[in-house]
Amino acid sequence: MSLSHYLIVAGVLFVIGLAGLFANRRNILIMLMSIELMLLAVNTNFVAFSSYLNDISGQVFVFFILTVAAAEAAIGLAILVVLFRNRRSLDVEQLDTLKG
Amino acid sequence: MLDKNILLVIAMAPLAAAVVAGLFGRKIGRTGAHLVTIAAVALSFVLSARILWAFVQGQAEPFNENLYTWMVAGDLRMHVGFLVDSLTAVMMAVVTFVSLMVHVYTIGYMHDDPGYQRFFSYISLFTFAMLMLVMSNNFLQLFFGWEAVGLVSYLLIGFWFKKESAIFANLKAFLVNRVGDFGFLLGIAAIVMAFGTLDYVEVFQHAESVVGKTISIFPGTQWQLITFICIALFIGAMGKSAQAPLHVWLPDSMEGPTPISALIHAATMVTAGIFMVARMSPLFELSEAALSFVMLTGAFTAFFMGLVGLVQNDIKRVIAYSTLSQLGYMTVALGVSAYNAAIFHLMTHAFFKALLFLGAGSVIIALHHKQDMKAMGGLRKYMPVTFLTMWIGTLALVGFPGFSGFFSKDIIIEATHESHRFGAGLAYAATLLGVLITALYSFRLMYLVFYGPERMDAHARAHVKESPWVVTLPLIMLAIPSVVIGWLAIEPMLFGDFFKGVIVVRPEHDVVAEIGEYQFHSPAQFVLHGFTGWPFWLMLLGLALTSYIYLRRPQVTERLKKTFAPLYRLLRNKYYFDEFYQKVFVRGAVRLGETLWQWLDQKLIDGVLVNGTARLVGRFSAAIRGWQTGYLYHYALTMVLAVVVLVAFYIF
Amino acid sequence: MISDWIPVVLFYAFAGVLLASALAVITVRNSVYAALLLVLAFFSAAALWMLLEAEFLAITLVLVYVGAVMVLFLFVVMMLDVKSREKHALGGYGKVAIAVAVAMLLEMVMLFAGKLAAGLPETSLTRHAADYSNVRALAEELFTRYVFPFELAAVLLLVAIVAAILLTLRRRPDFKHLDPARQIAVKASDRMRVIKMPAEPQSSGDDK
Repeated sequence: MSLSHYLIVAGVLFVIGLAGLFANRRNILIMLMSIELMLLAVNTNFVAFSSYLNDISGQVFVFFILTVAAAEAAIGLAILVVLFRNRRSLDVEQLDTLKG
Repeated sequence: MLDKNILLVIAMAPLAAAVVAGLFGRKIGRTGAHLVTIAAVALSFVLSARILWAFVQGQAEPFNENLYTWMVAGDLRMHVGFLVDSLTAVMMAVVTFVSLMVHVYTIGYMHDDPGYQRFFSYISLFTFAMLMLVMSNNFLQLFFGWEAVGLVSYLLIGFWFKKESAIFANLKAFLVNRVGDFGFLLGIAAIVMAFGTLDYVEVFQHAESVVGKTISIFPGTQWQLITFICIALFIGAMGKSAQAPLHVWLPDSMEGPTPISALIHAATMVTAGIFMVARMSPLFELSEAALSFVMLTGAFTAFFMGLVGLVQNDIKRVIAYSTLSQLGYMTVALGVSAYNAAIFHLMTHAFFKALLFLGAGSVIIALHHKQDMKAMGGLRKYMPVTFLTMWIGTLALVGFPGFSGFFSKDIIIEATHESHRFGAGLAYAATLLGVLITALYSFRLMYLVFYGPERMDAHARAHVKESPWVVTLPLIMLAIPSVVIGWLAIEPMLFGDFFKGVIVVRPEHDVVAEIGEYQFHSPAQFVLHGFTGWPFWLMLLGLALTSYIYLRRPQVTERLKKTFAPLYRLLRNKYYFDEFYQKVFVRGAVRLGETLWQWLDQKLIDGVLVNGTARLVGRFSAAIRGWQTGYLYHYALTMVLAVVVLVAFYIF
Repeated sequence: MISDWIPVVLFYAFAGVLLASALAVITVRNSVYAALLLVLAFFSAAALWMLLEAEFLAITLVLVYVGAVMVLFLFVVMMLDVKSREKHALGGYGKVAIAVAVAMLLEMVMLFAGKLAAGLPETSLTRHAADYSNVRALAEELFTRYVFPFELAAVLLLVAIVAAILLTLRRRPDFKHLDPARQIAVKASDRMRVIKMPAEPQSSGDDK
């Protein structure tokens, strides 16, 4: 199992999350999940490198990323809840007031 | 005597008076305005007269000093300075004297005018400008004075600015002058290019060094540099001294009040050109071609403009065309290298022409500002002083032996006769025949105004009387030199050392000296000689013709008009110069302006550049605006795409 | 021999599940299914991390991420009762998305295989000793060299908590609230006003 295997897995995972970001027609929640997928891919990358280079700082970084990702997910969901309260729907197609 | 402070007072006193009368006219009232300006000009006159006397006595040395350095641009230094020598002294005295007479006269003439103080301010300002012009010691100050007198002339011609014709006339004067000034500026520029300095003395000292140098005006042709300089300078003189074809403004300038016709358009401003050429004699002497040009222009003007004066009915217009003709005489004199004769005629002409104008003005106010000679007649009974002084002026103008005009005009005619320059023969014919024409229109004027049946209406006839003393005193004061100055001044001025060192004539051209050797021995002898010359007989012929026609058979004029109808029409329309200029230059300029305005300003600059860029930005923004959809995932897509592109750059 | 193959098989198994569930997350119609599939993805990822001998992080992933974050997701999904609208989850943008995704993947591959290939280490997975404590190693690094970021991360979490509460806080409309400080600060003049009035005579009275 070489490093490249893990990198490829992480890469494909990242790309899947990316595609999910703008391919979904349903609701914002899916968007947030796609972001979580991307974060997961990045974390995997870090852990892989840390293991193969025998440098613990990679894992430390994952630690922090996890923290921040959790915080961000919480706040993102809070915003989502408030949005739902005001708009009664989470449909992405309806969120276009920023239109130029 | 020639102290720089005195010279400053001479120049600045009229300026100060002009400022006071102009800015505080309402505060100091009419009396205050005319008192302060007359006092200032009188002061200038007294001081100028003393300076002139000193030069006449041979006791004064020329004064040449720079009083103030105005600007230094690289190697070129521009000063305010005075050069006062015998030539300047003559001009100063003439200018201040005539100006003083006109100031006094104006008290009477403009008595009822609402712009009284403004008028006095203007004529004082003019005196200042003219003095700066003649006292200058460098080309730049000369040009300043040149422009300044042009400006004041504009202000004064359009003095009655509510009158449509006056406004037309003052703009015409200014624009035609501008054409002349353009040539003048080219000449000055050429001088700077050739000599590197604007100072008279420096230029004259190095004048010889440019002989033979050429300049390429149009690519491929080479002109003599000195000829170009002289002709360019003369074009300026043509504009200012109203030589054909730049003469068209002078008759129109009669729209202004009569005092200024006397001051500016007879005695002083129009003589600035003559003065300038005389001052530049060291330069002109080096170019035969330029001098021939000068002479022929003057001859043309002298003869043909005199003819137009024959068919005018407005009293001022006759005198205006007479002025044009006499300026032509002065120019011819310059052209045959008789500069001192030209200045001499300038001086005598100033006196008698101013006299004639002021006398005409006296008649005009007696008839309540009516100027048509066809509505005058028999005035000699009512206005004896005016009548007598006008006769003196007329006799001086036609050159009756003994009067001042005789001396100056006959010398010029003799000089053209003596000269061997190219075109001198033509000039001689023109000046000689001009005597006949001068006599014709001058006597015609006298007969129509003062003799014959009284053609004015009953109301005017009841009120006509001699003008007040403020009007008739200047007439008398001007009549005196019109009689005597010729006799007194001819010998020292023309045949003495008066202009030594100031006016330079090459020995081979010096026609005046030739006259001095062979024909002139003393004023008395010259007068006697005059009775036997062609001019005298031509003058008599003119007198005889006019006396016969206007005193005995006035209906002859009608028959002549019918017989020579085309010629009459040509003269009445002043050779169609005005129509030509109007159609070609004025209409052309207006159309050019309109085209430029429409195409360049409106369509190009406003439409394409200004509004066009705004519209372009608007359209571009409208197109780009579509990108802002408001959808989050579009934004995310864009961000990702950007990253893809960036990475692609990195890879390849 | 077999023991050499086990990690490989495990790797492929877990990797496959991970990728499949990730793909499913973005394609299924039902949001609840998507959330649950995301949980599955995280589990598989945690397993992968175990294989990389990052035990602590693997467990943390499960505890924190799955246990907290994904539960939160599920809460929200079920609370908001989102209705799935479209028949097919991927709309017109699907093709674009796939294209962009593939492009990105290719680029990453080219980047690592081409440009950065030289920099990639040739090492193999580090195998630690049996008494190697991943927790200990992590702690040693975390609390010495990275203690400041650690504290900052704590503050960050605090801020996140406060923010999340504040964003969603909703007061009940009939919520009565007493502020003691204002109660004490009341003055008599705020509550009562004495007006002088002339006495009114007894009018046709209601003296009943």
